[in-house]
Amino acid sequence: MIIDINFIGLIIASIMASAVPLILASCGELITERSGVLNLGVEGMMIIGAISGFALMTVTGSLIIAIFGAMLAGVLISTIFAFLTQTLITNHVATGLALTIFGIGISAMIGKNFVGIPGKEFPVLFEGLKDIIPLLGPILFGHSIVFYFAFALPFITSYFLKKTKIGLIVRAVGDSPESASNQGINVRLVRYACILYGGAMSGLAGAYLSMIYTPQWIENMTGGRGWIALALVVFSTWNPIKILIGAMIFGGLTIIQFHMQAIGVRIPVQFLTALPYVVTIIVLVVISRDSRKIRLSTPSSLGKSFHKDN
Amino acid sequence: MIKIVKRDQPSRAIFFFTPVLAIFLTLVAGGLIFFILGFKPFEALKFFFIVPIADKYGFSELLLKATPLCLIAIGLSFCFKSNNWNIGAEGQLTFGAIVSGGVALLFYEQEGFYILPIVILAGAIGGMMYASIPAILKTYFNTNEILVSLMLVYVSKLILDYLVVGPWSNPEGFNFPETRQFSDSAKLPLLFEGLRIHAGIFLALAAVVISWFVFYKTYLGFQMKVSGFSLKTAKYAGYKGKKMIILVFLISGACAGLAGVGEITGPIGQLHREISPDYGFTAIIVAFLGRLHPVGIIFASLVVAITYLGAETAQIFMQIPKYTGQVFQGMILFFLLASDYLLFFKIKFIGSKK
Repeated sequence: MIIDINFIGLIIASIMASAVPLILASCGELITERSGVLNLGVEGMMIIGAISGFALMTVTGSLIIAIFGAMLAGVLISTIFAFLTQTLITNHVATGLALTIFGIGISAMIGKNFVGIPGKEFPVLFEGLKDIIPLLGPILFGHSIVFYFAFALPFITSYFLKKTKIGLIVRAVGDSPESASNQGINVRLVRYACILYGGAMSGLAGAYLSMIYTPQWIENMTGGRGWIALALVVFSTWNPIKILIGAMIFGGLTIIQFHMQAIGVRIPVQFLTALPYVVTIIVLVVISRDSRKIRLSTPSSLGKSFHKDN
Repeated sequence: MIKIVKRDQPSRAIFFFTPVLAIFLTLVAGGLIFFILGFKPFEALKFFFIVPIADKYGFSELLLKATPLCLIAIGLSFCFKSNNWNIGAEGQLTFGAIVSGGVALLFYEQEGFYILPIVILAGAIGGMMYASIPAILKTYFNTNEILVSLMLVYVSKLILDYLVVGPWSNPEGFNFPETRQFSDSAKLPLLFEGLRIHAGIFLALAAVVISWFVFYKTYLGFQMKVSGFSLKTAKYAGYKGKKMIILVFLISGACAGLAGVGEITGPIGQLHREISPDYGFTAIIVAFLGRLHPVGIIFASLVVAITYLGAETAQIFMQIPKYTGQVFQGMILFFLLASDYLLFFKIKFIGSKK
């Protein structure tokens, strides 16, 4: 069997493409969690982004409106979460679950009229360079702008957290809201901003799925990716660069599963489909076993409400 | 002028009043959504909440749907009270159904009084086995139980799918994704001629009584409550934290497994692809709406069961998408959590004078 070197390039590129929504949603959630807020509503925000992006694209015909609209939808739905957890001081876990249930319901309700409508072609960049360089060509070129943004995002996020003043404030709020508050930082405001930012990134991740990755609307099309994104944040021990690695592993599992089915590996398809979920559990176990390391890297106030009495 | 004042201690009256307030607010918001969608709000709400349970058959359907919700929510209340976030009851339900269905299939051409108890027990054990995974990983490997229990939901549904399509599919079933029909001895008896409500409801009621007894009359219940308030205090008091975590997960898994048994040995009588319309997730809302109190959970399961029926009725009569049910469920939880604010804070209306 002759393996075309460009074919390998294409497989790597498809792994990267399936990693994109995970990277986007995880990097967004990472910022939220770094500020001390655990938002379990990623799956819900993602699916809202998916339907909003697809619906806006179909109705307005504008890809730009659709992409930004999906992010805005993510922001809007996460505002509910922010208001409840920050202003009304509700439990983060329960509120996040409500957000996911609500999001799946609302998206299916809106999406009813968009089932079966074909998507639009999303423009790709540097298409012409794809065939010039073997192997690297298909990996580096011919992708959507969202793809490039996703792969830059972990580095931007890392820089933001480590080198900028606002990043430092976010970390301070997550590690010790009391002292941050005593320093005159508005903890609630910072957390609001981080939650809304997480919503925007989840919305973008959803829009990538429904507009670029598989351009159509299918109910429940996020299929647990939001939850895997949450697991990736733990996997990364809150380090954005490691999200990149984790997302590639999971992207790889998804793609390999398709190829194994295609070449007729005699493993029931359900077992292959279950692989990413099982691997998530195994990875979580391996990472969490070292409880000291987890304790050191987890934002200290993660999931705990902060209320300033005045 | 409105002023918000912190209460000296949470108000107990409001603790049981806020669920009612949450339901009311959900109805208002629901009416608003129907209005935006272009329906007459009151008519839509009537089709959603009153028409489905207006006759005997409807009421039986209500109890049929409330049964698994109540059973699972009771189990979850053990976890939630002690601060364990088991959100994978849907998976435990599915796995319980798989194990009990497998046992029922072993007996498929046999009759006998002993079959049903074995089938029921198998379901509870299946649910416990599946719930023990997140519990053991949490206690011995420090792994987050939320994510593990959730991932296992997807895995359980895929296992079920594999079984009913593959090795367990009915040999005379024309390749439909379902197993053989269980023998009559493996089915929970129906309670009334022509209605689908079955003996599973007694399992739910038994769970209510037992949980009430455990919560309020035993040392274990007390320990759970203390651990829920403060793990530090529990440790200081010398409670065995790890045992407790595993125990509450097992109880919760057993309840979810029993709910699974009810779904497959009740009206359906076989395993197939979709045995539960997300009862395991909805039961989380039921548990909170019922304030983790056994009696509260009975009421909450009835209220939330209506959203399932209402969604079906509204879809048939008004072409309102059936997912409205989920939207309502999400809203109930939102409003409930939001109105909890009143537990800790008083809103005072102060006159214009200073």
